[in-house]
Amino acid sequence: MIRIITFLSTFLVFAFGSAYADPKKVGFIYIGPPGDHGWTYMHDVGRKYMESQLGDSITTTYLENIPENADAVRAIRKLADSGHDLIFTTSFNYMDQTHEVAKDFPDIKFEHATGYIQADNVATYSARFYEGRMIEGHIAGHMTETNTIGYIASFPIPEVVRGINAFYLAASKVNPDIKMKIIWVFTWYDPGKEADAANTLINQGADIIVQHTDTYAPCQAAQKAGVYAFGQASNQEEFCPDAHLTSIEDIWGPYYAERAKAVVDGTWSSGDTWDGMDKGMVVMSPYNTKLMPASLIQEAVNMEVGIKDGTIHPFTGPIYNQAGELVVPEGEVAPDGMLLGMNFYVQGIDGEVPQ
Amino acid sequence: MNLDLILGILQIVLIATTPLVFAGIGELVTEKSGVLNLGVEGMMLVGAVSAFIILVITGSYFLAFFVSILSGIIMSGLFAFLVLFLMSNQIATGLALTIFGIGLSSMLGKQYIGTPIDGLSPWFFVIFSFLIVFLVSYFFYKTKAGLILRAVGESHNSAHALGYSVIKIRFLSIIFGGSMCALAGSYISICYAPMWQEGMTAGRGWIALALVVFATWKPERVLIGAYIFGGVTILQMNLQALGLRFPGQFFSMAPYVATIIVLVLISSNKLRIKLSAPASLTIPFYKGR
Repeated sequence: MIRIITFLSTFLVFAFGSAYADPKKVGFIYIGPPGDHGWTYMHDVGRKYMESQLGDSITTTYLENIPENADAVRAIRKLADSGHDLIFTTSFNYMDQTHEVAKDFPDIKFEHATGYIQADNVATYSARFYEGRMIEGHIAGHMTETNTIGYIASFPIPEVVRGINAFYLAASKVNPDIKMKIIWVFTWYDPGKEADAANTLINQGADIIVQHTDTYAPCQAAQKAGVYAFGQASNQEEFCPDAHLTSIEDIWGPYYAERAKAVVDGTWSSGDTWDGMDKGMVVMSPYNTKLMPASLIQEAVNMEVGIKDGTIHPFTGPIYNQAGELVVPEGEVAPDGMLLGMNFYVQGIDGEVPQ
Repeated sequence: MNLDLILGILQIVLIATTPLVFAGIGELVTEKSGVLNLGVEGMMLVGAVSAFIILVITGSYFLAFFVSILSGIIMSGLFAFLVLFLMSNQIATGLALTIFGIGLSSMLGKQYIGTPIDGLSPWFFVIFSFLIVFLVSYFFYKTKAGLILRAVGESHNSAHALGYSVIKIRFLSIIFGGSMCALAGSYISICYAPMWQEGMTAGRGWIALALVVFATWKPERVLIGAYIFGGVTILQMNLQALGLRFPGQFFSMAPYVATIIVLVLISSNKLRIKLSAPASLTIPFYKGR
């Protein structure tokens, strides 16, 4: 009798247990702290959105401030070893590390942000931020008085170069005299250095600061110097209300929720996702009505509509490289392959991409 | 090049270099007394976050800097207690202090991330940084107390035999170093980039440590080293912005290469090492021996 009861209770526990399947564990590797109000912050907003959508069917973990070196392998492996089912690695230079660990854990799904190499259990995803850069460039072309734009770039990877080109193409279209001054700071995250770069650009005559780094220090520096700036990754208006024109916001939440749901349902498959404004992955922060004329805001909004319905593409030919060679013929748009590997400046930008 | 441009560059260099001068001169005094404190980065971060929090709560810049320096005294006091009284290994304890400082500052600052504040003008601190270097130099080479401090760093047994309290002098030197590091940190979070972000000192503590070696433990040379480093960083940004073809990566690593070269040069000759590094550096002092 006792045996039967034991058997039954064991059976019940298992039955019960399987009805309420273990929540899937989703892990994130962050390059910076979630409080940077930039890149990592938006990934964390996405993580929280995913939690709110999927409720008890998942639990999430994140490891912050993971450098893009061998430490990343350890961090990713740590998540894999501790039973995570889905791991998001949220920086370009985690690419090799992600694949190294993914090889050893074929049953765990990996998602590498802004990467371009997939595997059976490694998907890649990114957003078409360059669509936002085009709108920023258009605005800058109208707003600048010194015809000089200061651009703070992080690392010479296609993602960043693409942004510079998209910005310049749009800006030079409305203002052919525009000049770009570009500083590569070789860091994503160093408020002091970002402020130095912004001040250097302003000192050299830039009256609009564009950044592709992670903190709001450049926008603050612009505010102090009385020039304009575009924020990065999230809406940074509260930190520099008299300088902030708009920001490109990265909206990861819906994608994260969709992918986690696929793991819960067992339907996850590898692939490459590159969505833009049309899917809501790239969103422009509210345009600053205090600083921008209403007509310009209307133009920017119209551009958003055009980008969403596909009638406007930031890389529409004719586009020439610095050597004067035609890279995108008239009437065509640059193919995704060219955009993904972009490592050259378009004609009109001085200097060269650091190698 | 016009004058405004050059003046502008000079301003940016002065603002960017000041935290290195503070942290470097603080660490130099600590090392001159014969103690190596690798906790510079950690103390800077705790100093930065405590100044920021106090400023947000009270709105008083004076209180912010006061509490920040207090935090530096507490952090370095903890280090001093461990290495001077419990004889713990200075290198391990210093590294632990940095790791502790990184964690503690993140924890304390969590809810203050992204709180907007009004930054303070940096110029008072820029001037003060020059002043403090010359005061330290005067103290070392023109006062008896400075001579005693250096004697403790060179040979603690001799200083002890002459009746000087090695422990007390080292304790005070460590605390001075801690308060300077905290000041460097609070300058960063209040004046230089007015915000609190985790790990926002971004390795400047390690650069300050390298500067002390680069300066071969001479106060004025800390100033020179810091300005070479700060100057090169800002100059390469200017060259980039002018559109010159330029290896930015090289100049990002230049200060570290320079430190290694200086290290090789001073250690290639036994006499030179003896003349520059404090002879008792990192050696624990046991009273009564």
